[in-house]
Amino acid sequence: MLSIKDLRVAFNTRRGLVEAVRGVHLELKKGEILGVVGESGSGKSVTSYALMKILDQGGKITQGDMVYSGIDLAAASEKDMGEIRGREISMIFQNPRAALNPIRKVGHQIEDVLCQHAQATRYTARAKAIEALEAVKIKDAEARYDAYPFELSGGMCQRIVIAIALACNPRILIADEPTTGLDITTQKAVMDLVQELIRERQMSAILITHDLGLATEYCDRISVMRNGEIVEEGAPLDLFTKPAHAYTKKLVKATPSLGRDLRDLLTDTDLPPLSPHQISDIPLMEVKNLKKTYQGKSGPVDAVKGISFDIYKGQTVGLVGESGCGKSTTSSMLVRLLDSTEGQILFEGKDLSEVAAKDFAKDPRRTDIQMVFQDATDSLNPRFTARQSIADPIRRLIGLKNRALGDRIEELADLVGLPRHLLDRFPHQLSGGQKARVGIARAISVNPKFLILDEPTAALDVSIQAIVLNLLADLRAKLGMSFLFVSHDLHVVRLLSDYIIVMRDGDIVEQGPCEEVMSSPKSDYTRELLGAAPTIAVAAPAA
Amino acid sequence: MTATDQVQVVTPKSKNGHMAHFGYVLRENPVTLLAFLLFAFFILSALFAEYLVPYDPLASDASDVLNPPSFDHWFGTDALGRDVFSRVMVATRLDLLIALSAVSLSFVVGSVLGAAAGYWGGKLDMVMSRLLDTIMAFPIFVLAMGIVAALGNTIENIIYATAIINVPFYARLVRAEVNIRRDAGFVHAAKLSGNSDLRVLAMHIFPNTLPPMMVQISLNLGWAILNAAGLSFIGLGVRPPTPEWGIMVAEGANFIVSGEWWLALFPGLWLMLAVFTFNLLGDGLRDLVDPRQRS
Repeated sequence: MLSIKDLRVAFNTRRGLVEAVRGVHLELKKGEILGVVGESGSGKSVTSYALMKILDQGGKITQGDMVYSGIDLAAASEKDMGEIRGREISMIFQNPRAALNPIRKVGHQIEDVLCQHAQATRYTARAKAIEALEAVKIKDAEARYDAYPFELSGGMCQRIVIAIALACNPRILIADEPTTGLDITTQKAVMDLVQELIRERQMSAILITHDLGLATEYCDRISVMRNGEIVEEGAPLDLFTKPAHAYTKKLVKATPSLGRDLRDLLTDTDLPPLSPHQISDIPLMEVKNLKKTYQGKSGPVDAVKGISFDIYKGQTVGLVGESGCGKSTTSSMLVRLLDSTEGQILFEGKDLSEVAAKDFAKDPRRTDIQMVFQDATDSLNPRFTARQSIADPIRRLIGLKNRALGDRIEELADLVGLPRHLLDRFPHQLSGGQKARVGIARAISVNPKFLILDEPTAALDVSIQAIVLNLLADLRAKLGMSFLFVSHDLHVVRLLSDYIIVMRDGDIVEQGPCEEVMSSPKSDYTRELLGAAPTIAVAAPAA
Repeated sequence: MTATDQVQVVTPKSKNGHMAHFGYVLRENPVTLLAFLLFAFFILSALFAEYLVPYDPLASDASDVLNPPSFDHWFGTDALGRDVFSRVMVATRLDLLIALSAVSLSFVVGSVLGAAAGYWGGKLDMVMSRLLDTIMAFPIFVLAMGIVAALGNTIENIIYATAIINVPFYARLVRAEVNIRRDAGFVHAAKLSGNSDLRVLAMHIFPNTLPPMMVQISLNLGWAILNAAGLSFIGLGVRPPTPEWGIMVAEGANFIVSGEWWLALFPGLWLMLAVFTFNLLGDGLRDLVDPRQRS
C-alpha cells in the first residue's frame, strides 16, 4: 500500500548539512498498524513529515522513493499533494490544542476539510460534520459542533483532531505521538478509539511514538528507529521478548513495567546494587487538613480539599494523580511557592504556613525544602549557563564565594554525573538529560532535607528516565533526603517510592505502603490507573 | 588550584565566544554588517569630526556665500559663507547625544515601570497602564512641542521631551515580556534559591526581555533623531548658529526655491542615513544579546 525506500532527509543548519533520516525503508500493508518507535532525535517524525512533504524550510529529501498505491509521492507536485493530504493520507499531531484553530468552532473546522476535498457541499456539511463527531464518540455531538477548542478538554480536542483526520475516509492515518501529554486513562480511551476506527474502516496506520509499551499494545508490527536509521523490525511480542539489536534491548529494558527494579532498567551498568536508604520513625513533614481554594469566575474552586499525610525522615512518598487532581497545587504549597487557604504544614514540628510564601525566600528553612521542576528546559534561565544556574542558590542561601563556590559546583556536577566542561554551556546547548541533571544539581546544592520531585522525568526519553531515576535513588541513599515524588505514572512512581498517595479532584482516594497499593489497590480509581497503563504480559527478557 | 585554573581557562574562552558570536552575526547577515559599519562611521564622526573637519563650522566668510559643492567646499557654502560639510559633520555629535540620552532615559524609566506592572500586576498594573495610555493618546510630536515650549528651549528639555513621549513604548513591551515569564519554571526556581521578588525580577526575568528591547531601542534612536531635528526645524530646540541637522534643513529650505539645493540636501541626507542605520541595527543587536543565537 505504501512503501518508502532508502529515504534520506537533510537539514541545512548553522553547522552545515545534517542528515536527519539516513536510508529508511518502510512497508505498510493494507489494514496494518505499523509502529515507529524511537527516542527524540531519531528521525521518526521527520520521516512522516517527509512522507507528507511538509518539512520545515531548510529540510530537503535528498534521496529515496515513496510510493503510495502507484503514485510516486517524491515526484508529486504541491497541487497533487494537496489532494492526497487529508483525502488519502492524513495525520494527527502531538498537541491537539495547537493543531486546532483556537478561534473557530470545531464543527466548522471539520467542514473545512470536507469541503476542501469536495466530500460535502454547503448544505450537507453540517450533517456530515456531526456524523464525524459521532464517529469519534463525542457525546451530544450537536452541541459540541458549536464549541471552541478552549472549551474542551485535551482528550476531547484530540478526538476532534481525529475526527478531522478521518472525515474524508483516508486510507492511511499517520499518528505522531497522539497521546503524549494526555492523562493515562485518556490515553487509553483515545488509543482504543483510534484502533477501533482503523479496524472498522480497514485503514492502515503508522503510529509514531517514543513509548515501546504503547506500540506493543496497539501495533501489528514495529520498526525501531535510531539516529535516522531503522535498527530493527518485527512483531511486537518478538521484539519485546527477543530483541536482537543492542539498542532495542536497551529500550526494552528501560521501559518500566511490573516486576522490574530500578537497576533492571539500565543496560551494561557497572553501578553497585542500590544501597538501602534509612527511614526513621520521626516525621519530617506532617500535613494536616491542607486546603487551597481559588477564587474562580464562577465562585470559589477547591483545588485541594483538606488532605492529611506524613512524610518521615529518609522516606520517599509518591504522589500520583491525573492532571487537575491538585497534586501540583499541593507540592507548590509544601515548597512554599503558594499560600494555603487552611490547614497546617508542620516541618520538624513547626508550622510552615505561618510564614507567607512571598517572605519564605528569607526564611532559614528555605535551604531545607527544595524542588526539582517538571520541565527542565522551562526551569533553567535561558540566559544563565549551567554553572550560573547551580551557583545561584549556593550564593544566595549559603554564601559561598569564588573558589569555594567553584569547587562546590564541580563537586555537584560530579555527583549528578554532568561532565565538567558542560558547565559553561547555556541550556539550549544541552540535551534533555543534561538539563535534568543541572536541575537536580541546583536543587541538592544547598543540602535540603526535603526534596520535591515534580514529574522530573516527564519530558525525558525512557533510557534517560532510567538513568535519572537511578541517579535520584543513589543520591537519596548517599545524602539521606526525603523525597516527595509527584507524577501521573504509577509505574514510574513505584520504582522510587516507599509510600504512595493517590489523589483525585483535590482529595486523597488512597494511601499506603507502595507494595500494598500496587498489588492490592483498595479504590476503583487506583485500579483504573493501573489498568490504563500499557502493560506487556510477558516475562522480562534475559539480557 | 583547580578552581583558579578553571577560571583562567574559562575567561579567554568565553571572551573568544563573544567575539566569535559577533563575527558570526555580522557574517550571517550582510545588512547587519552594513548597519554596524554605518554606525561606526557616525560614532567616529561624533567623537572626532570636530578635530578633523577642514573649516570652523561657525566661521563665516562674506566672500564665499552660497557657492555650490566644489573641491574646496564638498557640500558647498551657506548664506553666511560657512562650510556645509564641516557643519554637517560636527552636528553629528549633538544629534547623537540627544538621541542616545533620550533613548537611554526612556529605556530606564520605561523598563522600571513596565517590569513592576508586569510582575506585580493588580492595581499597580491598572493605574500604570491607563497612565501610559493617556500619554500615548496624544499625538506625540505635539506633546513634545508642548513640553519644550512649556519647559524652555534648551537641549536638556528636548531630551526630556523625547524621553517622555517614548516611555510608554518601552513600558508596554517590558510589561508584556515580564508578564509571560512571571510563572515560568526558572522564576519559581529562582525564588527557591532564596532570591527576593525584586532580585528575581531584576536578575532573572528582566535580562530575558532584552532581545526584543534591542529592536525597540534601535528603532527609537531613529525616531529620537527625527524628533529632535523636527523640533529644531520648527524653531523649538537647538538655536542657530549651533550646527544641527534639523536647523540646517530648516534654514536651507528657504533657499531651495532659488536653486541652492545643497543647503538642505546634505544635512537631510545625513539625517536620513542616521535613521536608516538605526533601523537596520535592530535585528543585529537582538541577535547579539540573545544567547540562543549562539551555538
